[in-house]
Amino acid sequence: MTDTPIDKAARATPRRVARVIKGVSDRTIAWIFVAPTIFLLLAINIFPLIWTINLSLTNYRANRVNREVDYIGLRNYERILTDTDIWLSMQATAHFLVWTIVLQVLIGFTLAWLINRKFKGNDLWTTIIVLPMMLSPAVVGNFWTFLYQPQIGLFNYVVSFFSGVDPSSFEMLGSVTLAPWSIVIVDTWMWTPFVMLICLAGLRSIPDYIYEAAEIDRASKWRQFWTITVPMVLPFLMLAVLFRGIENFKMFDLVVQLTGGGPGSITELASINLKREAFEKWRTGYSSAFAIILFVTVFGLASIYVKALNKVKER
Amino acid sequence: MKKQLLALTTASFVVVGAAGHAKAEDLTLCWAAWDPANALVELSKEFEAQSGHNMSFEFVPWPNFADRMLNELNSGGKLCDLLIGDSQWIGGGAENGHYVKLNEFFDANDISMDDFAPATVYAYSTWPKGTPNYYALPAMGDANGWFYRKDWFERDDIRAEFKKATGKELGEPKTQRDLMEIAKFFQGREIDGNTVYGASIFTERGSEGITMGATGALYTFGFKYENTPGKYDMEGAVNSPQAVEGLEFYKELYDCCTPPGYTNSYMSASLDAFKSGQVAMAMNWFAFFPGLYADPVTGGDKIDFFVNPPQYQAGSTLGGQGISVVSYSDKKDAALEYIKWFAQPTVQARWWSLGGYSAHNSVLNDPGFKDSQPFAGDFLVAMQDVQDFWQEPVYAELLLAMQKRLHDYVVAGQGTAKEALDKLIADWTEVFEDEGKL
Repeated sequence: MTDTPIDKAARATPRRVARVIKGVSDRTIAWIFVAPTIFLLLAINIFPLIWTINLSLTNYRANRVNREVDYIGLRNYERILTDTDIWLSMQATAHFLVWTIVLQVLIGFTLAWLINRKFKGNDLWTTIIVLPMMLSPAVVGNFWTFLYQPQIGLFNYVVSFFSGVDPSSFEMLGSVTLAPWSIVIVDTWMWTPFVMLICLAGLRSIPDYIYEAAEIDRASKWRQFWTITVPMVLPFLMLAVLFRGIENFKMFDLVVQLTGGGPGSITELASINLKREAFEKWRTGYSSAFAIILFVTVFGLASIYVKALNKVKER
Repeated sequence: MKKQLLALTTASFVVVGAAGHAKAEDLTLCWAAWDPANALVELSKEFEAQSGHNMSFEFVPWPNFADRMLNELNSGGKLCDLLIGDSQWIGGGAENGHYVKLNEFFDANDISMDDFAPATVYAYSTWPKGTPNYYALPAMGDANGWFYRKDWFERDDIRAEFKKATGKELGEPKTQRDLMEIAKFFQGREIDGNTVYGASIFTERGSEGITMGATGALYTFGFKYENTPGKYDMEGAVNSPQAVEGLEFYKELYDCCTPPGYTNSYMSASLDAFKSGQVAMAMNWFAFFPGLYADPVTGGDKIDFFVNPPQYQAGSTLGGQGISVVSYSDKKDAALEYIKWFAQPTVQARWWSLGGYSAHNSVLNDPGFKDSQPFAGDFLVAMQDVQDFWQEPVYAELLLAMQKRLHDYVVAGQGTAKEALDKLIADWTEVFEDEGKL
């Protein structure tokens, strides 16, 4: 009879320890193993969340520690939900979120579809395309600020070359109508490769025999694309949308570098607004309530989306 | 006799030195990263030699200065033993216990606030405002002023064209409207083969830029924070017809006369625009004027300076800071030694000569002061009519509200000047209500 690993472990256990754990049930041992993780989770996730909810019901300010803290019920929530500036920042966030996702999905999928075809230099092009997402958002923000500069910026000259308009006649970052699009363009430039990579993984996971069967059945390329490629890549695509959606809902660094929320408050996304309330105005109670509202929004939307994603996977 | 006196003096220095600082400390002084900070490093070497303490410096770029330092203070950090904090921080510094109250120290060391320019004592040192409760020593007097391309203004062809266009002689503007007229004249003009622009002004959104720039115009038109000082009665003061006119003026100046892309510009953008020969005039803090004058390309006889021109009244936006001892420091005694040393008239004179703006009367009232630098006379004039932003403990909230409302109107072109100022009153009212002051 050969020793199993469990037998070996049992023999290696010191006698004193063995005596202690002899009467302990499997369930208890499982709890002992899981306890550190649960403790960490409670300490760094659950406790701060409960503490934030607690703060959101007060008028606490972190820079006024000597001031008496009053419980003001749901007053902070009421203020936020009736504040037109907050709704404007939510609108700016929605605009940014929707357009970046639409563009990144369309361009990312197209690039993946093209890259998936066998051609010379395939690997080199893949590497070049994924370069932007390897850069720091602060760096990207800074150099796009120069690219958008109306007097010396390359972007304006490129637009001028194709459209014939004077390069210094328009300001991407300073114009109320163009600034929201300028941040969408930069985010799309930076993160489309990420969507492309996920789509590429999806495309490469489709077995060739499915296409071969379709060929035998004389299905057109167009029909193969809509009945094989798209449905089989869809779960991957939905995953990419989930990642980008969550990321862009809390987008901060790139936009701060590019526009600082301006001109005026046109590109002041919810996260920028939240940072200003929390760490510049020091309205800790108010900003905690705002953070909870954002958390519930993201959590709610993500939960609905994940359910939909699971349904798609089951099909 | 002489030898005896020398020996006695040396002995007394040794005794005072031994008693005064039994232990050499490593002191850290925190300030913004800009030209005067470099001058202070140079000046502080004398303190190190005299006291035996070592000085370290933590200089933070202006756009992050308030964030970084206020975080440090609010968390009770020990990074800074001495802090040259912005004038608006004095209320929070005093009420939140960040700064050491200096009255007893001043009394014990014969440091009199009467020796400093009254406007700087009021703005940089006192809380509640105007009361003899001191939390800082005036360290760096400053105001927002203007500089221009003197060489362009003196060129015969340009002067002739200006005369033809306006019927006036081209010279330093006497009013805000004159300033705009000159800026419009230069906007888009070709000079030596380059397109130049009228003026670079402050439009920055994130920290304090647009407020510091726009208030320069607003004060001269008659903008006030309150009808009655200390009553927080803002209706009719903040949004008075004169204030509305002043804000409309600033927007027009932004629309007509700034270089393309100046939508988020502050100190460094203004300096860059001027030094690269893009603009005829630019606004900035007097603190930068020594560096501008020394610039090899656009300084010297190519530049001159003027005080923010009046419109209905004189007025300049106050800059500058006082130096405070941070209450969380473990080296408060050594930090106070620095303050005592810094307050000496001889040190203040040296401070001015190195490029710092002393607020000490012995320096400012010196008969040779006016002519000591080309901008010294303008500095004295500007400091007579300076006005500062709210210095309340909640100043940051008040400032951010003004940043938003001004940027929304001036740069983004949303709404009217009256609406922007009305909304500002609503924002400020909410803040003061939260504070229990209304």
